[in-house]
Amino acid sequence: MPTMTYAEAAKQALAEEMRRNSTIWALGEDLGRGGVFGQYSGMAEEFGPERIVDTAISEAAILGAAVGAAIAGTRPVVEMRFADFALCAIDELVNQAAKARYMFGGQTKVPLVVREPIGMWRSSAAQHSQSLESWYCHIPGLVVVCPSTPNDNMGLLKSALCCDDPVVYMEHKNLWALEGEVDDRSSIPLGVARTAREGKDLTIVSWSSTYHEAMLAAVALGEEGIDAEVIDLRTLWPWDKTAVLNSVEKTGRLLVAHEAVQVAGFGAEIVATVVERAFSSLRAPIRRIGAPRVPIPYAPPLEDLLRVTSESIGSAARELMR
Amino acid sequence: MTQVLDIDRLLKHHLLMCRIRAFEEAALQANTENLVLGAIHPSIGQEAVASGICLNLQAEDLLTSTHRGHGHTLAKGADPRAMMRELLGREGGNSHGKGGSMHIADFSVGMLGANGVVGANIHIAAGAAHAIKLLKEQRIVCSIFGDGAINRGPFLEGLNWAVVFHLPVLFVCEDNGFASTTRTSAVTGGQGAATRAESLGVATTTVDGNDLTEVDRIARSVMPSIRQGKGPHMIVARTYRLVGHTAADPDLYRPRDEVEKAWKRDPIARLRKVLRQADVDLAILEHHELNARQEMAGAFAEAKAAPWPPLPRAFEDVQDIGDPRQEAF
Repeated sequence: MPTMTYAEAAKQALAEEMRRNSTIWALGEDLGRGGVFGQYSGMAEEFGPERIVDTAISEAAILGAAVGAAIAGTRPVVEMRFADFALCAIDELVNQAAKARYMFGGQTKVPLVVREPIGMWRSSAAQHSQSLESWYCHIPGLVVVCPSTPNDNMGLLKSALCCDDPVVYMEHKNLWALEGEVDDRSSIPLGVARTAREGKDLTIVSWSSTYHEAMLAAVALGEEGIDAEVIDLRTLWPWDKTAVLNSVEKTGRLLVAHEAVQVAGFGAEIVATVVERAFSSLRAPIRRIGAPRVPIPYAPPLEDLLRVTSESIGSAARELMR
Repeated sequence: MTQVLDIDRLLKHHLLMCRIRAFEEAALQANTENLVLGAIHPSIGQEAVASGICLNLQAEDLLTSTHRGHGHTLAKGADPRAMMRELLGREGGNSHGKGGSMHIADFSVGMLGANGVVGANIHIAAGAAHAIKLLKEQRIVCSIFGDGAINRGPFLEGLNWAVVFHLPVLFVCEDNGFASTTRTSAVTGGQGAATRAESLGVATTTVDGNDLTEVDRIARSVMPSIRQGKGPHMIVARTYRLVGHTAADPDLYRPRDEVEKAWKRDPIARLRKVLRQADVDLAILEHHELNARQEMAGAFAEAKAAPWPPLPRAFEDVQDIGDPRQEAF
């Protein structure tokens, strides 16, 4: 089984799909030189400047043009560089891409993938660090994906590239260099969670970078005799309710952990759904942990204060087991 | 210089302009009868822009339009019966009654949608043209927007995009002088649309948008270079909406004499004068008007009698993955 980085896995997925489908193209700032994180390196050489398109710093036009290009028969892959910058194109994503199919009564679809790198990374401060995945889950029409491993980044991106819906594809900046095994290079269906660790005492639901913290916490908890099940949601809309509900019915305890601000984060949706659907299975109150509702600071000690870590997940789990 | 008039062509324009006017009047009537509940933005007075531009497009060409898009949509060839049903929110509307007036669209004739967000159709048009270029197709895209759009980012970003990638787009600034109910000149720095477009490298032609013969002539003259891949062009067509911003707008912000004066430049009356001077029989022109009225009255009557969309339509065409019909909770 080959080992590769999270960035390389996405690149290979995109390259494979571009070889298979000549209507797929990518557009964004600095893509010709490999993209700001190198996730497109070498692609302009293979596919040429017509399909790996360098654009102006012009987010609204990048996404707006992608909407038009999707409607007119191509499959654009939009690189937004940082999820924070995608806010310059929120009309294009929310009012245009997400709405066109519905408000035109199914006369068109808008098959595009918007890559929006999220998360805290190397003291990037308030405008380059946000995790805004829950915003997009609120918008009918959008699919929201948050891969956490190289294998998932390959398989989920392949699925996103074949999807006829606009997909908000949120890679975590801190995971670009993460190495991992990529099994059979096949696509992974959107909307299906992965139970990364089975356990009988409590269910920890997470995604993206925080999933790795959840796994570390589960190992530590295991040494203390607490058997945690860890679910990596992978896709936030649609999210795999069946996997979560089945797990909670088994363990009777739920902890949701994410890097995004806890208030109105996607954890709230998961918790509410479990309360509505599986209340009688619960043996303890539900816990969710996310960032406090403050912008992300620059200085590392302050930044660290906001992180959801394996330690904070572990302590919350221990409280649930009391 | 005396120009030889192509009477058949002008008659086509005349009929189309009468049809647009009649459609808008029928829509206003529907509004009066409380059958159109959402906002409608009639284009009465701006028919020469819709007709003069769109009759110069080919069937396979694409069009993006604005919230004031009925005229453009009809001019691109859409069926007014389906459009009227859409305005009334009925089954059989272009979008099954899910979009209404502000999102009127008919993809079967290349009309990619009116847009409720001012200026948003500009870079969508640039992107459609980008796809055309990638797919090596021959067609072009036309994007019609109002002068209110030139103070939004997409005007800058979309025009810049079309220039940088040499895209086949005809931009049309349908300049009726008002951004919603505010005079555009009062909120616009510099010289406005044409100067801004020129500064981006988009060749621009300004035309009297109430003079059909001129709009038609200019539109026809700029098409070849766009089709030959020489990049975008913009037409600024100066016009005036002869009625309120929406059907509900009492239009109190414009002096009455200004509006009355504008009616003397009614583009349909002006075209009719041209045709009469060319000895076209008045009966033909009156016949156009009568036919148009009958057609649109028929469309309105049919729409009134049409059923509401079946309720499951509310949940259709949201998305494939995460379809609300499977994601009920």
